[in-house]
Amino acid sequence: MKWGMRGQRFISVLRARNREFVRDRSALAWNIIFPLLIILGFAYAFTGDSLDAYKVAVINQSGDAQLEFYSTKYIQFIETPAGQKNQSINKVKRHQLNMLLDAQTKRYWVNDSSPSGYLLEKVLAGSGGGEYKKQSVSGEQVRYVDWLIPGVLGMNMMFSALFGVGYVVVRYRKNGVLKRLQATPLTALEFLTAQVVSRLWLIMAITITVYIGCDLLIGFVMRGSYFNLLLVFTLGAFSMISMGLIVAARVRSEEMAGGLLNLFSWPMMFLSGVWFSLEGLHPWVQKLALIFPLTHITQAARGIMMDGVGLSAIMPNILALLAMSIIFLLLGVRLFRWE
Amino acid sequence: MSLILQAKQLHKQFKQLKAVNGVSFDVEQGICLGLLGPNGAGKTTTVEMLEGIKRPDKGSIKYCGEPLDEHFKNRAGIMFQSTALQDFITVEESLVLFQQFYPQIADLQQIIEDCALQDFLHQETAKLSGGQRQRVLLAIALINDPDIIFLDEPTTGLDPQARHNFWQLIHKIKRQNKTIVLTTHYMDEAYELCDQIIIMDHGEIIAEGTSAELLSKHFNDVVMQIPHSSELDSVLSSSAPSKINGQTKHSQSYILGSHNRVEIRTSDVNETVKALLAANVSLSGLQIRERTLDDLFLELTGKALRQ
Repeated sequence: MKWGMRGQRFISVLRARNREFVRDRSALAWNIIFPLLIILGFAYAFTGDSLDAYKVAVINQSGDAQLEFYSTKYIQFIETPAGQKNQSINKVKRHQLNMLLDAQTKRYWVNDSSPSGYLLEKVLAGSGGGEYKKQSVSGEQVRYVDWLIPGVLGMNMMFSALFGVGYVVVRYRKNGVLKRLQATPLTALEFLTAQVVSRLWLIMAITITVYIGCDLLIGFVMRGSYFNLLLVFTLGAFSMISMGLIVAARVRSEEMAGGLLNLFSWPMMFLSGVWFSLEGLHPWVQKLALIFPLTHITQAARGIMMDGVGLSAIMPNILALLAMSIIFLLLGVRLFRWE
Repeated sequence: MSLILQAKQLHKQFKQLKAVNGVSFDVEQGICLGLLGPNGAGKTTTVEMLEGIKRPDKGSIKYCGEPLDEHFKNRAGIMFQSTALQDFITVEESLVLFQQFYPQIADLQQIIEDCALQDFLHQETAKLSGGQRQRVLLAIALINDPDIIFLDEPTTGLDPQARHNFWQLIHKIKRQNKTIVLTTHYMDEAYELCDQIIIMDHGEIIAEGTSAELLSKHFNDVVMQIPHSSELDSVLSSSAPSKINGQTKHSQSYILGSHNRVEIRTSDVNETVKALLAANVSLSGLQIRERTLDDLFLELTGKALRQ
């Protein structure tokens, strides 16, 4: 009987919260339109043609400094240290570079499926590079937007999780909804679990909608398992909702809650590798970024979507998200006060 | 009569402020108890301790002889001074939501009818008028068919029609032999609804009893009001005031500026009338009224403005 009542109370709060969210049309629309706009905006911004039509990375340029090829117009020659050869080859695979040239060993790399690579090959042969040996690589083109989408999906989940739980519970506390609920047999655990579960499935529903919407509108690569991706996103959303519970636990004013939530979300937005790769940043900042759930979501989702990696490759991210979820949830429930 | 609620030596302090300072009283089953007092007297803090929302620093509260526990939560109905309901949820959905929190529930249709909610059952709670909102909050307080109901200033901010309508509802609940604890600062409300009255100020009880007991204990006079005149002025300033005021404890007369009338409190109307006639004061427009709870309230808590 007791567990039956618990279940009944949990379900009824869950249902009320879901109704509230779905009926708040403006918030719902914003949750879906905002990430679509960002992705569309960036897809457009990074597809413009630059004057330099081709990008060629050159290693050991001094080894064949007189090569006529270098004077070809509309090719951007990027002098590259020999140590970055493998990275550059990967870039050729992903079409981020059209050609890699090693003037010392007189070899060049082009992507077999790239028309630009083919044309550059002809130009090289016709401008003094006839003796250069071809090294073929293959790989599909990766656009910035493909790289961006996993992170933007994660970022949208972050805002929805933090503000949807943190802000809403604080508002309930301020306007007396919590006080009224406190006077009923409903327990704090039942109430909080309902908030988490409600937000979790709403976030997942929205993320799936945005994912499908982006795929239809611009299309992007997805090389890994959908199940693994769902696992990463679910766990990620759960960890960030739990983070929101900590903010929601005691704060009484919406302004304070807003400030705290921004304090959590802004560093995550910029230091989790959503917009740019963390590789160039100070090692200390890279370490710091590992405490953010969004870093792990972005890394794992990018691994699955772009490189098609399996579960074992993203296990460190999954374990980190799991640990954060548990710690944040326990802390949030423990700190919670109705008033 | 059995006791449903017992409060003993309740204390509650917020930082420097002693909100409640040693309050004790019993509530009998089936009565309506009124907690009266000016703003900041400690009524709401007291009632929130009784409701189990705030924990007393010191003292004990017992419901049916037991400390407040889950059984109490199941059997109590509460209407706070200010609560919002969740946004985007209709009246009916709110009722069903709260109904599902309790193992024992009242007949929903009956409550909807009693509280006259039919006309806005499918409206969102955020869009209700003040009177409608209070009726919904009362309906929610009744949803578990409670034995004891706490109403914290339920009619504050309502228009006269809505207040009278609300009072009718409370009378209906009283007829079901439910116990009611009501806080208010409207004396007419207390007079209309309460069987027992406790007047609080500065966190302490300063008077308690039925309204008749309180009035007869504190007053043995009536109030006479007559139009202001120069004859009246001279008799009030010159002749022995005892002739005018009789042997009242508080021999006072006031000039009521707004209607140019004078208020005389007297324990002996005959003597006063004689004295006034002897001084040629015209008695046309004379009104006599009994002392009210309003008088008592001001008498006990003073007339200085509260926050």
